[in-house]
Amino acid sequence: MSAVPPLAGSNRRFMSGNEAVARGAWEAGCNLAAAYPGTPSTEILEFAAHYPEMYTEWSVNEKVSLEVAIGASLAGSRAFCAMKHVGLNVASDALMSQTLAGVGAGLVIAVADDVGLSSSQNEQDSRFWGRFAHVPLLEPADAQEAYEYTQRAFELSEQFNTPVILRLTTRICHVKGVVNFGERREHENAQGFVKDPGRLIMTPGVARQRLPMMFEREAEIQRHSESSNLNIIMDGSDKRVGFITSGPTYMHVKEAFPHAPLVKLGLSYPVPFDKIRALASQVDQLVVVEEVEPILETELKAAGIALLGKEILPRIGELSPNVLRPAIAELLGEAVPETVPVKAPIEIKPPAPRIDPATGINVFPRPPTMCVACPHLGIYYCLSKIRNTTISGDIGCYTLGAGHPWNALDTTVCMGASMGIAHGLDKGRVEADKDKKIIAVIGDSTFMHMGMQGLLDITYNNGNVTILLLDNRAVGMTGGQDNPASGRDIHGKESTKVDFRKLCEALGVKPERIHEVNPYELPTLFTALRDEVKIAEPSVIITNQPCVLIDYYGAQPALTVDDDKCTGCGNCLDIGCPAILVTRRETVVKPNGSEKELAFVKIESGACTGCNLCPKTCGPDAILPLADYIRQ
Amino acid sequence: MSENTITNILVAGIGGQGVMTAAEVLSQTALSQGFDVKKTEVAGMAQRGGVVTSHVRFGTQVLSPAIPPGEADILVGFEPAEALRWCSHLRPSGVAMINTTRQEPPVVSLGLYDYPEDPIGEIAKTGIEYHAFDAGAIARELGNFKLVNTVMLGAISELLPFPAEALKNEILDRFRGRKPELVEINEKAFELGRLASAAH
Ligand SMILES: Cc1ncc(C[n+]2csc(CCOP(=O)(O)OP(=O)(O)O)c2C)c(N)n1
Ligand code: SF4
Ligand code: SF4
Ligand code: SF4
Repeated sequence: MSAVPPLAGSNRRFMSGNEAVARGAWEAGCNLAAAYPGTPSTEILEFAAHYPEMYTEWSVNEKVSLEVAIGASLAGSRAFCAMKHVGLNVASDALMSQTLAGVGAGLVIAVADDVGLSSSQNEQDSRFWGRFAHVPLLEPADAQEAYEYTQRAFELSEQFNTPVILRLTTRICHVKGVVNFGERREHENAQGFVKDPGRLIMTPGVARQRLPMMFEREAEIQRHSESSNLNIIMDGSDKRVGFITSGPTYMHVKEAFPHAPLVKLGLSYPVPFDKIRALASQVDQLVVVEEVEPILETELKAAGIALLGKEILPRIGELSPNVLRPAIAELLGEAVPETVPVKAPIEIKPPAPRIDPATGINVFPRPPTMCVACPHLGIYYCLSKIRNTTISGDIGCYTLGAGHPWNALDTTVCMGASMGIAHGLDKGRVEADKDKKIIAVIGDSTFMHMGMQGLLDITYNNGNVTILLLDNRAVGMTGGQDNPASGRDIHGKESTKVDFRKLCEALGVKPERIHEVNPYELPTLFTALRDEVKIAEPSVIITNQPCVLIDYYGAQPALTVDDDKCTGCGNCLDIGCPAILVTRRETVVKPNGSEKELAFVKIESGACTGCNLCPKTCGPDAILPLADYIRQ
Repeated sequence: MSENTITNILVAGIGGQGVMTAAEVLSQTALSQGFDVKKTEVAGMAQRGGVVTSHVRFGTQVLSPAIPPGEADILVGFEPAEALRWCSHLRPSGVAMINTTRQEPPVVSLGLYDYPEDPIGEIAKTGIEYHAFDAGAIARELGNFKLVNTVMLGAISELLPFPAEALKNEILDRFRGRKPELVEINEKAFELGRLASAAH
């Protein structure tokens, strides 16, 4: 990541919301930042790691990252952790108890919601956590505010003795804007850790005593929210509709209706009801614009404030100006403003036409695929050739194995779930499935995040699952971050490298049931898989080749296809390497009268890294090194 | 909206083509010209051959970061099918600048979908103004496929509300610091892009 130079003559820089959060934390004197990667939050820690004054780490999962931050806060350091929305599901156990204890120095949890689902397994609204954990929740509307609110969050945390949630969305994290910034102010703490068992040891007795404190605190912050300049009423000349905006929706509303009065909520929980009532009294009707759940709407209605929300606005996705304008026009009985997208009526041959209903445009989808030469390709090639299986998948690049050409995954839920679900598929099987082989596929990072416990459950309970542990020494999906499988820390410095063989053995897998294989060696891989699924015991096949995006990977010269030898059998296409392209198709009639589709191929030499996987699928040896081809 | 003084540029292509870099360079140039700028970065899946788009918006003050459908002034299409996919984002008065080098995704290779026979023709049918040329071939001829990026920026450089030279300097400055040996070739790429678009 290259740090963008500051704009001339000032402390202004064009930065993303993620960078702004890291900058804000650093300036606030934060001493520790921990995270587990996850889109769209990943870059927060990557930027934080550039500041030497802050200790930073990739934690093995979000719960640990929050716990590390709690520890640092209690030790007297301002501390911070960052995660994607689903990360807080994992970390919530720690949050829900720590909220009773409060904090030491400021404790901030940045959580990034993937509104619009650019790269997640669900779209959930983290604003609920403010209510659930009774903690304040800040919602910046752009990068500048992300920078400012991060600092305000530390102050609020200390002022009210509470963890604070900084709620971000994809449009905050991944949008760059101009940010005016300052310098670091050290946070002084002379006391260090203060023993306080009546607060810090959360037994039932302590928790019972702390509950009233928590509710008093919440009431106090609610009063603060009414007077805070984080929540402002903005006047406007067009009083027909007033808006309540929460975080990023402010920008959408302001752009679509520049003259409408509104309440801009920055500290959106606890809700400043009086401020909203004050706006209500100035306008004909009130509309609440929130992404994505009707949370404020429900609370405001319950407080007796008349308003509209999801009755007129979509429940799903971003509420951008082009969504808001027609909805409000309709409400006001005006002509719906035409967005005039150019219409292009096109026909493309079946199968599966995908015509965008809005535009009439029909272009093939371009779903993300595994990289050229990805070490997962061989695994899915084998899995797609083994019959009578149920394959329990997990979250990572290898989830793409569910797609073409492999179609070799049957379930994916959440990180680490492949283990428990496979075990359940095995133990819960009915007669019809008695011969099904249960396979689980999990990546190194996901295994260490939440999968290890599931494996222990399998061995402890005499399960029968064949596990493919895809160790590519990186968190591939989020951009190839280091982790305990790479043996390097967040700064790329050497650190503990986990030994998966020993780990699996320690978790109860018999040594002879653990195999380490090179995933480019198709015959070995296939044999190991075929043999292990037959044995009614837990077994683990560990792959050992790196993600092609990281520096452990060494590319080789490209291969090429000898046109004279290629029979058009199409086998190599089943690998799914994007460097293999079809040059022409032919239908031939076999002697028995049946038709066969032939697909002749070439290899894109600029993309192929010579991994030597596809030649293993080619009967006539038509795929060979470019040099040999020229020599022929 | 008559008071709208915002310029909206949609850059669209495929992971690995330099879409994000092109958008970043445009943004930095607009900033140096005194505009307020917002730019979306869609990361994550970008490495994996999926569609990549970046919205660049600049003007006196930019609020919402996304370009609404039907409001882009310029579409920079790094690939013809992607240009077709996104051309509906243009205003009727907008312009599309299109690289004609095709990139087929695996779903096409596998025979599951067809690549549109004549994407440029389809775009032409919409009646919008467009310029299409083989930026990929220019880059290849210059010896580095990654130059597509600079070629495309050169191609749109005359369509912007600031001097083409400002954009060119922004690009070259990026190399002057880190890779001075690439300055000359990028300048060539930029100028060839500029010429190619003017030739239409
Ligand atoms: C709780 C949670 N945290 C983070 C993520 C984001 N995420 C998706 S996959 C993944 C890690 C994948 O790494 P690995 O298992 O090693 O597989 P690879 O992508 O390298 O093949 C992460 C961090 C998530 N989906 N859920
Ligand atoms: S990022 Fe790495 S693990 Fe993910 S698809 Fe690419 S090569 Fe495979
Ligand atoms: S496997 Fe070999 S023969 Fe078959 S299509 Fe591929 S290159 Fe041609
Ligand atoms: S050798 Fe084959 S599978 Fe490997 S990168 Fe090249 S084309 Fe892809």
